[in-house]
Amino acid sequence: MIEGRVWRYGDDVNTDVIFPGKYTYQPLTPEEMATHALEDLDPSFAKEVKPGDVIVAGTNFGCGSSREQAATCLKAAGVAAVIAKSFSRIFFRNAINNGLPVIELKEGIDEIEKGDTVKIDFQNGIVIHEGNEYHFPALPAEVLAILEDGGLIPHVRKELGKG
Amino acid sequence: MGMTFAQKILAQKAGLDHVAPSQIVTVTPDFCMSHDNTAAISKIFAKIGVDRVKDPERFVIVLDHTVPASTEKYALGHKEIRQFVAQQGIEHFYDGGVGICHQVLPEKGFALPGTLILGSDSHTTTYGAFGAFSAGIGRSEMAVLYATSKIWLKVPESFKIVVHGRLREPVTSKDLILRIIGDIGADGALYRSVEFTGEAIAEMSQASRMVLSNMAIEMGAKNGYIAPDDKTFRFLEGRAVRKYYPVYPDPDAEYEKVLEFDASSLGPQVAKPHTVDNVSPVEEVAGTKIDQALLGTCTNGRLEDLRLAARILKGKKIAKGVRMLVLPASQEVLLDALAEGLIETFVRAGALVLNPGCGPCLGAHQGVLAPGEVCLSTANRNFKGRMGSREAEIYLASPATVAASALTGVITDPREVFEGGAK
Repeated sequence: MIEGRVWRYGDDVNTDVIFPGKYTYQPLTPEEMATHALEDLDPSFAKEVKPGDVIVAGTNFGCGSSREQAATCLKAAGVAAVIAKSFSRIFFRNAINNGLPVIELKEGIDEIEKGDTVKIDFQNGIVIHEGNEYHFPALPAEVLAILEDGGLIPHVRKELGKG
Repeated sequence: MGMTFAQKILAQKAGLDHVAPSQIVTVTPDFCMSHDNTAAISKIFAKIGVDRVKDPERFVIVLDHTVPASTEKYALGHKEIRQFVAQQGIEHFYDGGVGICHQVLPEKGFALPGTLILGSDSHTTTYGAFGAFSAGIGRSEMAVLYATSKIWLKVPESFKIVVHGRLREPVTSKDLILRIIGDIGADGALYRSVEFTGEAIAEMSQASRMVLSNMAIEMGAKNGYIAPDDKTFRFLEGRAVRKYYPVYPDPDAEYEKVLEFDASSLGPQVAKPHTVDNVSPVEEVAGTKIDQALLGTCTNGRLEDLRLAARILKGKKIAKGVRMLVLPASQEVLLDALAEGLIETFVRAGALVLNPGCGPCLGAHQGVLAPGEVCLSTANRNFKGRMGSREAEIYLASPATVAASALTGVITDPREVFEGGAK
């Protein structure tokens, strides 16, 4: 169970506004990437985000480029989870592969505002907001295993006996 | 019940008789593509603890995003990639200047019917125009493919998009795909396998089909398949790196949705800032002043695009105050354009011709926009901040609309200037 402060965004938040293209071929550490997180959508985010914060958004979160830094920078910024009505396919995979929990939730999401607090019960698939409980579907076992191992690389290291 | 293209090819690659949507399968791609991001991927690969790339022959690496290097950091990235390629014995390596990955893979014969191709670039969907199942993945996944040659994929539901009628010149496949995305939305085909079919698609050149598959990702699709036909097989003659076996959907396959469009009534379309689905007929935005016109990218930098633009620009001058950038999609396109005199037409009209590459499209290299500037581009994305300043605006259109607008300095209906004729 985690409890986090909400950053609220709309539909179609694309990877260019999460992590601008001009930085994508520069060798940056995840911590450096975090300083550019959401730079072209909300410049206040990178300055004020705190570990454990949660991003709540509308449909198609992470659409656009395959750039994995879009997930890496949010994880490094301390984001505990992203809750959205739907995710773009590549971002969804990149988030899991970086150990960043992504929760698809259709119901109740419009009620959640910036600065609200949400609780997430990952085990039972429940988001709690102002006393209301909203259920989200469990991830497939193969996908959950990657998230539980902390991302794709530790997961594969384990599978290959390099753990 | 028969299977869709996605079901059929993923079943085949997973060694199963039948797969259903939502099923997770483990597959080995025929080919894997990466570009300048190979520097970062090779570093992730090193963390896995495996010394050798398992099957070097599966990997195709094309330097195209920041070529030639404009900063020491980019130069270092390229150097690391060249070292990695040499150490690991990766033979399918194309250094900067050969072209944009999504043009180079088809030209060099990797985009083959019935193959599974994954690339660490979202526009990897382009190879669907050759009857491949091709999709974008992340850097970590590509690093794991180096180590294991295996990846999991979920079998998607499928949409069929039927396009009736024929496009009327100068309306192109770019106008068609903008209209489709405008109608169904940026998440309209989220996580779906899209199959394009119908008279308009059958009539289209192979290059025009690539525009549809390229932009399938802009409506959220996992892949954008077009049934390979004689045009496809002819394109691949003398190019294909190996024998291929086309895969077609079963006639009784089950589609989640069938969407129908009419090409014959379609006019030029423009996607307005800052989303690709913010689409209007060109008439509604005509007169909008532009500072930069961009012809090129993995969407519309092919010979037929350059030909169409050159027909409009020949013997004329680009408007004062407008910068026009032309980037052929590959060396092969550049050579053909030179032979046909198209490059001379562009230069005489006042355009700036750049080397084949991706640079300006993603704001990483060349042609970036200042605050307040407007660019009309043949690219596939108009997201805020993509081409430089977040205070700049990007409009997307076909090569004909971009060329016509470069002449006037404002967004212009290409039917007004095409062949000097009226509408």
